[in-house]
Amino acid sequence: MRVVLEQLINGLTIGSFYGLIALGYSMVYGVLKLINFAHGDFFALGSYIGYTLLVFAAGLVTTHLGLWGGLLVTVAVAALCLAVVGVLVERAAYRPIYPAGRLPAVVSALGASIIIQNLIMIIWGPRYQAYPAALIPNLKVHVGDLTLSVLQLVILGVSLLLMMVLTFVIQKTTWGAAVRATALDRDTASLMGINFNRVIRFIFTLGPALGALTGVMVGMYYRQISFTMGWNYGLKAFTATILGGIGNLPGAMFGGLILGVLEMFGSAYISTAWKDVFVFLILIVVLILRPNGLFGEKLAEKV
Amino acid sequence: MRSPSDSSRVESRRGDVVVQTAALTKVFGGLTAVDRLDFQVHRGEIAALIGPNGAGKTTVFNVVTGIYRPEAGSVLFQGRDITGWKAHRIVREGVARTFQNIRLFPNLTCLENVMAGMHCRTSAGVAAALLRTPKLLREEREIRAAAESRLAQVGLAGSADELARNIPYGRQRMLEVARALASGPHLLVLDEPSSGLNPRETEDLMSFIKAVIRDEHLTVLLIEHDMRVVMGISDWVTVMDGGRKIAEGPPARIYHDPVVIEAYLGGRK
Amino acid sequence: MTSRLPLLLRRIPLPLALLAFAAFPFAASDYLLDVAYFFGIYTLLGLSLNVVLGEVGLYDLGHAGFYAIGAYATAILNTQLHIPVLILLPVSFIAAGLFAFIVTSPIIHLRGDYLCIVTIGMGEIVRLALINNPLGLTGGPNGVYGIDTPTLGFLSIDTSFGYYWLVWIVVGIAVIALRRLQRSRIGRAWNYIREDETAAQTSGVNVRNHKLLAFVVGAGLAGAAGCLYASKLLVVSPESFTFWESCLMFSIVLIGGMGSVPGVIIGAAAVTLFPEVFRTFASYRMVFFGVAMILMMMFRPGGLWPRRRGGAEARDLLERLWRRRA
Repeated sequence: MRVVLEQLINGLTIGSFYGLIALGYSMVYGVLKLINFAHGDFFALGSYIGYTLLVFAAGLVTTHLGLWGGLLVTVAVAALCLAVVGVLVERAAYRPIYPAGRLPAVVSALGASIIIQNLIMIIWGPRYQAYPAALIPNLKVHVGDLTLSVLQLVILGVSLLLMMVLTFVIQKTTWGAAVRATALDRDTASLMGINFNRVIRFIFTLGPALGALTGVMVGMYYRQISFTMGWNYGLKAFTATILGGIGNLPGAMFGGLILGVLEMFGSAYISTAWKDVFVFLILIVVLILRPNGLFGEKLAEKV
Repeated sequence: MRSPSDSSRVESRRGDVVVQTAALTKVFGGLTAVDRLDFQVHRGEIAALIGPNGAGKTTVFNVVTGIYRPEAGSVLFQGRDITGWKAHRIVREGVARTFQNIRLFPNLTCLENVMAGMHCRTSAGVAAALLRTPKLLREEREIRAAAESRLAQVGLAGSADELARNIPYGRQRMLEVARALASGPHLLVLDEPSSGLNPRETEDLMSFIKAVIRDEHLTVLLIEHDMRVVMGISDWVTVMDGGRKIAEGPPARIYHDPVVIEAYLGGRK
Repeated sequence: MTSRLPLLLRRIPLPLALLAFAAFPFAASDYLLDVAYFFGIYTLLGLSLNVVLGEVGLYDLGHAGFYAIGAYATAILNTQLHIPVLILLPVSFIAAGLFAFIVTSPIIHLRGDYLCIVTIGMGEIVRLALINNPLGLTGGPNGVYGIDTPTLGFLSIDTSFGYYWLVWIVVGIAVIALRRLQRSRIGRAWNYIREDETAAQTSGVNVRNHKLLAFVVGAGLAGAAGCLYASKLLVVSPESFTFWESCLMFSIVLIGGMGSVPGVIIGAAAVTLFPEVFRTFASYRMVFFGVAMILMMMFRPGGLWPRRRGGAEARDLLERLWRRRA
């Protein structure tokens, strides 16, 4: 029982990573009908920026703000950087392509992904890098039978909090309504006074910033990062998006959580080597049985 | 316009039943788009399906042509139960359609568009294509000839090699009709054929439909909002509202039917 | 009215190109012949994906999986059962085609984007399965080695010269076969599906069967390419069949122009030669490649040599150039 609970918590942790990344995919897809392949690489870039900050500016920050303060600043800076990068990429690589159709946009997104991934490799090197252990809190806490790391609890807590905040933003605020309206019907939304460019800026700052934040958390959790992590996590997160129903934001988050738990149990009870295969098979089975994702998508085609 | 005395004639429809639905029901999530619909079309008729927006007319067409499967009820075509059949199979039986929003193959030539109609009338497969057998070559000639003839019939002979997306809207509509006719159907299903056409084009379309019916012994089922077309060429009108049939009869009677008028103008829903 | 291209010039492009292809191996070094071999393989791969993506418009980003099936079928059957590689060429075609039939049947109805992610998943599943060495057949991450060179009776191909002819003859056969399909009701049906699936259905096209057929044909050709790959390298390993390979094939079709056979050849050339040209900038070449992809979509989203309908392709290109000089 204890092991099951631990696995569950691990699964939820990794699932929340997938969920947060999946949000970025889902938002962009909902509004632009574009699979933003570069999104996974935004996440990776955020992780690497966090790494750089911790390694080079650590002393500066932690002496003044302490360990947790340092992490907070790192997260904030990484998120900010990626918010800028996100908008730049949209301007440079996506906006000029919209008129050409969906397929060229997919290719352009692939191109952007290749560029970012390889720039990461060039700047930081092809080998694994590691978040400095000294700067990661290593406290443990005992809850009943379980021994949990405080870091994991914080990460889990932050992730779940973010998901709730985001759900609130999307469902209850004007910004969120603007995003949803534009996703449903761009032309009518703009007729209602919603500025399309603002919505684009919104999703291309929020999405990548969230991705960066997730990247730093992943770096803290696993400590090892590599330039291919964007691709690895991206694909899984995209699977989560589809699982939840593409364009469906709460669905994407749930999809991520479910995926994380499934992956963890798959790896524990089936085999670690085949766990990725297991995850993909789940996706395929879900799509065959429920083509619109588990929670239903928000798009319909009128014949 | 029909004369007022028509309304006192006994309403009879000649010819055998080409297509009929029985208790046809189509549900989308919580919305019953078509609710236990019974209606028929007789051979050689031009039957119109009218009603306010959202009445379920296009949904009926989509079920009859095999794009949707109904939740309940049945569709019979020339005596055969085609309920739930896939669209391409229904085409082979002899039903062809056009769409409200004109669905052509935009990046293909007009000729290639019309050739699509002949797809279900030919059968050369992969092996025949690879080996360029006499059967394939013969079928290709037939397909080309049939398509060229249909193009000429709708006045598009000169545009055979133009891309479909480059010809004017009114002619695109005719191209779509040509493609539908190319499969040699018994029933032609037209969804708002006059939509987007100017009055002159609408007139031409109406004459064309009447001529084609006469010359090729077709039956036509159409959805229309343009009352000139409905009154001008249809033999029988079925009116839908909220997924149900609320009236049917010859055009002149329908035109004055208070139930129909109320459905269009509002009132209790 | 512009002057029409003189008859002679209209007839020239194809024979000229064929002549160049035939003369090349006699003048080229082994290194260049090897490059030309891989150019040929990528052309074949591009042609194979072109059936699915270019003709039918299905987003397939897992095509490397079929490539791998063919390569491994050749590798395993040759090293375990000593079946000659040349016989395994059609066998690989069939194996990959059959595999495609089985795995795509349940998912063929999925909508475009969903199909895309599922194909990505399928490609990954194939690669991961190969790494995990099921039944001890696939050799795990190290792959299978010791494949024979293509030998059949007196025919023995073990020089770069020989390989060049092998791959380009296969490409030639594929081109002829694909063009014949293009100019038949099957090819047209594929295009109808790409242009508007619903309209294709209501015009009488059995959409499901034609989509499946496209996948089977496309997979078969990729499988054949896999056999050619295995027979040259004499070793196959999972790292040659990654998602990146699928992206590469995808780019070939996009760059060249969807549905266009000469376009695919150009795209394959770009993809093969690009890294060669950039060998010195090894790490930067991928960045350049990504930039090139984006620029291509910005300025020539239709591809470098898009399929022109209603006329012959090279002739049209020459006509335009001819008119410009006047």
